[in-house]
Amino acid sequence: MKAINSLILVLALIVIAMLGAGALGIEYLFGVIIPYLAVLIFIVGFITKMVGWGKSAVPFRIPTTCGQATKSLPMFKDKWSRLDNPGTKLGTVGRMFFEVVLFRSLFRNTKVELHPGQYVAYSSSKWLWIFALIFHYTFLIIVLRHLRFFTEPIPGVIVFLDQADSMLQILTPPLFISSLLILVALGYLLLRRFFVPSMRYISQPADYVPLFLIISIVVSGMLMRYVGPFKTDLMPVKELAMGLVQFSPTVPEGIGLTFYVHFFLFSVLLMYFPFSKLMHMGGVFLSPTRNLPNDSREKHHANPWNYPVKVHTYEEYEDDFREKMVEADLPVVKPLEEKAEETSENDEKKE
Amino acid sequence: MAISKPDVLYRNISHKPPETNWMDVPLEIKPGRYCYAADPGPLEYVGMPNPRKWNPKDDDWKLPENWKETFIGGMKERLEKFRSFKIFMDICVRCGACADKCHYFIGSGDPKNMPVLRAELLRSVYRGEITKAGQILGRFAGGRELTENVLKEIWYYYYQCSECRRCSVFCPYGIDQAEITIIGRELLNLLGLNIDWIAKPAANCYRTGNHLGIQPHAFKDMIDFFCDDIEEITGIRPEPTFNKKGADYLFITPSGDVFADPGTYTCMGYLILFHYLKEEYGMDITWSTYASEGGNFGFFTSHELMKRLNAKMYMEAKRLGVKWILGGECGHMWRVLHQYMDSMNGPPEFLEVPVSPVTGTRFDHAASTKMIHIVEFVADLIKHNKLPLDKSRNDNLRVTFHDSCNPSRGMGFLEEPRYVINKVCNNFFEMPLETIREQTFCCGGGSGLNAGENEEIRLMGGLPRANAVKSVRDRHGVNMLANVCAIDRATLTAMMDYWQPDVGVTGVHEMLGNALILPGEQERETNLRGEPLPGKEEEE
Repeated sequence: MKAINSLILVLALIVIAMLGAGALGIEYLFGVIIPYLAVLIFIVGFITKMVGWGKSAVPFRIPTTCGQATKSLPMFKDKWSRLDNPGTKLGTVGRMFFEVVLFRSLFRNTKVELHPGQYVAYSSSKWLWIFALIFHYTFLIIVLRHLRFFTEPIPGVIVFLDQADSMLQILTPPLFISSLLILVALGYLLLRRFFVPSMRYISQPADYVPLFLIISIVVSGMLMRYVGPFKTDLMPVKELAMGLVQFSPTVPEGIGLTFYVHFFLFSVLLMYFPFSKLMHMGGVFLSPTRNLPNDSREKHHANPWNYPVKVHTYEEYEDDFREKMVEADLPVVKPLEEKAEETSENDEKKE
Repeated sequence: MAISKPDVLYRNISHKPPETNWMDVPLEIKPGRYCYAADPGPLEYVGMPNPRKWNPKDDDWKLPENWKETFIGGMKERLEKFRSFKIFMDICVRCGACADKCHYFIGSGDPKNMPVLRAELLRSVYRGEITKAGQILGRFAGGRELTENVLKEIWYYYYQCSECRRCSVFCPYGIDQAEITIIGRELLNLLGLNIDWIAKPAANCYRTGNHLGIQPHAFKDMIDFFCDDIEEITGIRPEPTFNKKGADYLFITPSGDVFADPGTYTCMGYLILFHYLKEEYGMDITWSTYASEGGNFGFFTSHELMKRLNAKMYMEAKRLGVKWILGGECGHMWRVLHQYMDSMNGPPEFLEVPVSPVTGTRFDHAASTKMIHIVEFVADLIKHNKLPLDKSRNDNLRVTFHDSCNPSRGMGFLEEPRYVINKVCNNFFEMPLETIREQTFCCGGGSGLNAGENEEIRLMGGLPRANAVKSVRDRHGVNMLANVCAIDRATLTAMMDYWQPDVGVTGVHEMLGNALILPGEQERETNLRGEPLPGKEEEE
């Protein structure tokens, strides 16, 4: 149900773009206004979210330590643990680098299986890690590749990326490897939510929507490039894109409907981004279990909202147990004197 | 409730969740999986809200009238006080990497014990009641309203999480269910929804200084008993001091070591060690009856109560005028000391940076907190050949080591205990890599869940650990499970009795106590448990 609803939502978005930019002919809305709005919402939303997180306090140093502490006795030094349990800022930068760039934690993934005869087995399970890496990097490459529409002259790096990505030289125009890989990765990410029972159980529409959305964006993009009736003339697209970045937007004639669908879906993705789980992109940098060095016994870290609390003092404790302590030969601060007790009782009576 | 035999329980574990949407699966509070409600007395004693008699099996939990506002308000406050909480509420992508990492999920198959779903129980309330998208889109945005049933579900499952942080190791964003559980329980405590097994020890600790409510004279008596036993075994009687002003060092260990087997043997190990250090090097270590608890059940209640209980350590150190503090073998105690104490109650300017008076080693990594772990202290002694050890006295043991959750994942204390174990015994074998070090499994009873009434879920949660022990028992004949945690010593004993009855449980210092040769001691016939030493059996 969750998946179907999400799919219907994305299909509805496609229909909206087709009706709007096609039947109703309001290309300006879909080619200029919505994209501008989307970028604005993305930037403002992203920053607002990050600032909101940033404003929230970090009272305690709570890194999840995943190796021997580097701040321990010198006899226990382990060079690898610097990246899994760093004690310094530099080490923490290293840990974050591996986390963000190579998905270090996901690389640890194991799969548990309960075999007959009371045998619990753990096997390495790297598929999620591999496909997550493929997905994120191909997505990055595709976004960067698209900069060729928004730049003139096109920077050499982008040209190179474009050429490298199409080096297989199959189909005309040549097939982008990244497009193919991202579809495979997206397929994996989607199918596991369909077919792995526990994944199906935990999945929310918020998991399906971005997958369907991105798949639709990729497919519409590929249709424009490879499939006869959908093929789109890139000259006016580039004109539109350049107009947008130069803040003198024009909507040239002759851009096919598929483009507006593609462009609209991507705009929706941008608008959706700051309010969704996709914000893990920013959040991962602020995660206190990863971005803090393990030095909490070595250095004092102030808790910004620390406040005095009611404690049970030694004096109160001794008052409670003085007699028993004296009997057991435990040292006491105030000696046990019957007279003193009587006086205090008298004092209380007076009051 | 009778618990099925291990093979039956094992066979019945299914990891297949129902087809229904989890939000529609009705809550069933199963006997054997929940702990009794906190009595009003302990809550009143420490001033926690809504003390009353209540029962989780009743429909009416006697919540305060404005319970919903209190809970949501508490959530909003904590979103600003804890960046961890805010980020963990926002960025989970439900990739499922954590799903099969939880020992309670592995052993029970209850899908709401998957860390991701345990978090979603609270996250759905966050979305439904606090975020705009969730308020407008409701379920489509993964949000739901906070109803009494939702609250009960959170209570039920947040007391089936032992805050072990194993999920957090595997999460690509480091989302830590322990952190979410800690804050979730803090919210539940705003409504008086604590469990008896946490509330009572916390109140005891506040009053008597330790969880078990041992009063000062009884605390001293217990240790005197150990000294009697040690004298009988070694011919030498340790002379520990208590609450001694002007002592050089203060020693604080979990009270379980003083009161519950097999922790008591570990305690005897400490006494033997301290006696040796006093005789040979003049080290003056004192015990405190006031700060007679290393563990901190406030940590399982609220950040405030954790701070209130923890404060005793520095207050006592200051009162006695010691140089620095030595901490015993304990799990969550060390997470509190390592990651929280200095920020809560420190820095203790009145203490010195810990320096071993025996070896001269400066513990710079504890320069601010001024508290060191007895195992690192001993590792340093052994490294410098300061302890005469007869390993062979532990030759009857084939030992494996259970990393406790908190020292592993909240500290990185992995090599220290292994080093000491290898120096005090001859036969040491590691369990499979996926079950030790940072990937270690909970004993099943961490974070205040070692009650009797929830035995079933504890034994289920103990399965991954027990099964890893089984593998080294089958391969190497392991017969002893060592650890550095008082809760482990208590929980694992019952857990091994159920899953692997032929494997015992020991603290590291029990083995040290057996191996350490005291000057002038008589020839020992038995170990600290009173069992004949290897090679002495025939003389019995």
